[in-house]
Amino acid sequence: MVNDPFERTAIFGAGFLMTAFFIAIVVGAFGLGIRVPTCVTDIPPFDQPAVVEVAPGQYVVNVVAQMWLFNPREIRIPAGSTVTFNLTSKDVQHGFKILNTNVNMMAVPGVVNRAQARFDQPGEYLIVCHEYCGLGHHAMSAKVIVEPRTAEGPSLPTPRAMASALACWAR
Amino acid sequence: MGALAMHESEKRLIRWHLYIAYIAVAVGIFFGLLQALSRAKLLPPMPWYDYYQGLTFHGVLNALVWTTFNIVALLAVAVRASLGRPLYSLALGWTGFGLMTIGVAAAGYAILTRQANVLYTFYPPLMAHPAFYLGATLLIVGSWVSGANLILTYVAWRRENPGQRTPLMAFGSIVVFVLWYIATLGVAIEVLFLLLPWSLGLVKQTNPMLARTLFWYFGHPLVYFWLLPAYVAWYTMVPRLAGGKLYSDPMARLAFLMLLIFSTPIGVHHQYTDPAIGQEWKLLHAFGTFLVTIPSLLTAFNLMASLEHAGRQRGGRGWIDWIFRLPWNEPAFAGATLSMIAFVFGGISGIVNASYNVNLVVHNTSWVPGHLHLTVGTAVTLTFMAMATWMVPYLTGRALWSRKVALANVYLWFIGVMLFAVGMMRGGLEGEPRRTNLGFSPYLLPEWMPFLILAAVGGTLMFIAGVLFLLNMAMTLWFSRQPARVEVPIAEALHTAADAPIAFERWRVWLAVAAVLIVISYTPVLTQVLQTSPFSAYGFLPSNPAPIR
Repeated sequence: MVNDPFERTAIFGAGFLMTAFFIAIVVGAFGLGIRVPTCVTDIPPFDQPAVVEVAPGQYVVNVVAQMWLFNPREIRIPAGSTVTFNLTSKDVQHGFKILNTNVNMMAVPGVVNRAQARFDQPGEYLIVCHEYCGLGHHAMSAKVIVEPRTAEGPSLPTPRAMASALACWAR
Repeated sequence: MGALAMHESEKRLIRWHLYIAYIAVAVGIFFGLLQALSRAKLLPPMPWYDYYQGLTFHGVLNALVWTTFNIVALLAVAVRASLGRPLYSLALGWTGFGLMTIGVAAAGYAILTRQANVLYTFYPPLMAHPAFYLGATLLIVGSWVSGANLILTYVAWRRENPGQRTPLMAFGSIVVFVLWYIATLGVAIEVLFLLLPWSLGLVKQTNPMLARTLFWYFGHPLVYFWLLPAYVAWYTMVPRLAGGKLYSDPMARLAFLMLLIFSTPIGVHHQYTDPAIGQEWKLLHAFGTFLVTIPSLLTAFNLMASLEHAGRQRGGRGWIDWIFRLPWNEPAFAGATLSMIAFVFGGISGIVNASYNVNLVVHNTSWVPGHLHLTVGTAVTLTFMAMATWMVPYLTGRALWSRKVALANVYLWFIGVMLFAVGMMRGGLEGEPRRTNLGFSPYLLPEWMPFLILAAVGGTLMFIAGVLFLLNMAMTLWFSRQPARVEVPIAEALHTAADAPIAFERWRVWLAVAAVLIVISYTPVLTQVLQTSPFSAYGFLPSNPAPIR
């Protein structure tokens, strides 16, 4: 079969193309730090969904999805903040996508999901539930409101906390 | 072509599969039309219409019923014709058909009475009526029985013809059903051990993460169960319909075997955004997904070369001219080839979905249904419609009612899906969520509107094309009086099966390779899911935020 030059070119060409694509996503993941959600199993309970500043410019938001709303419904942070979203569901499966960011997660009851994003541009970012969750699914949304930094400024953004990301990686 | 012509009793069995498929798709595309219109705010509220009930019908009837019944029919014809021997057992064939049909009726009852508005992925803890899960089980068990009938036909042929190469048409068909047995193991465990006892109230709580993982163990090879029968048609029938030969038979076998071993151990690429599964295993499944695109790239090469050969046989010259020499006015050829063109875009958008972090942009947006209407909704569906233009006459003995209507059907579907897919995919890039009745959504963004309207226009054209198809089939069955003069088109190959390594016929080896890859890729994933996710979820009805305790 590999005696035919065209077939040989097709087989090796296809293999080369997909290898190149795979290298590209690995560079994206480890070079540019664009990570997909991963597991978080040791975080405090989600009894009080809230926006918490854990370090200057570093926020943690615990989000509970439920039929048919997100709690909290509005997440206010200053521009330049890095926000870690911990997400779970109180009832059925939900989705969590923040438009114009790389945050895109599933909310599954019984487990916690986690993603991180940095918000530099002030404005409103729509969060939509993108997994069917029953009758009121199409009404389920929330917002991230990124406020311009004031003169005194709440805080300067610190460099991305790679340590916390690596902690889960090495778990 | 085998010496034995197909017997009328075999034809009747296969015809009935098509009748059920056509009834299912008629209802399925009707709800598809309503969805496209409703999302674009073009539908007023109507008391009898529930978007998510319609969406459940649309997914179940089109993606599960229309496909499975067509696949059993097409592959029965393929196996029967290429092996030239009778089907192993008519009784087994009818048993499979009966179980599948009862399953469809049971699930249909649950959906119709609004007790199963859970979509075709039926993620728990949204809970449906037990008849829904029972129906799904019977549909799958029935397909196992029908598949066994074809595999036993092959085994009998092998005994009668030791040492011969399996004809490619039968080879591809057997791969489809072997893949199906491997795939359905996941959903069978999910439904029988998790969902059915839970919906019957025998256990109160379930594990949604485990159910998701088992579902997608099944869900990805499921899409290859849909696609590979179209590949069988493209490789072994279309070159003949084009007036040429398949470029390379061994390379086609290589593609089928790669699809057999690589299409299951990669299901986690549907779960990149899930909790409870570590990044490292997600990346491993991404790598496997890239491997499974290779046989499709080989298919693109092989089919293009075959079409070019056919075009040159018909007098084509130069780089472009051969394309125009192909029989674009023959509905079977035109429909199948348009399906391939749609699949070029379907495949490319699939690589985007497979791309780990790039998927963050498109996951669960309307990009995904845009992609899957190019793949299962066109590459597969339009191929079935195109093949029906010779298969229904072949099975009924009645000539096709109208070639013009058939041509209108295939071209209009293609134009429709292209507009629909562009609308859905562009909207998805702007963040438009999938599976969402956007026309009634308080957060509907004005910038989504042009894309929603484009998708509604495309969806309407697809619906009209589907009605033309059903009209043509109904008229052929009831009013066509001309006798049909059709044979099963079986293409010869330029590079014949004789060049294929003998190892390609060693089914046990390939099954073992497939099993090893599944164990490697799924053991860590299932371990992690079982360690981190509890059996703690009570059921919920889609209409009520209070749990069923």
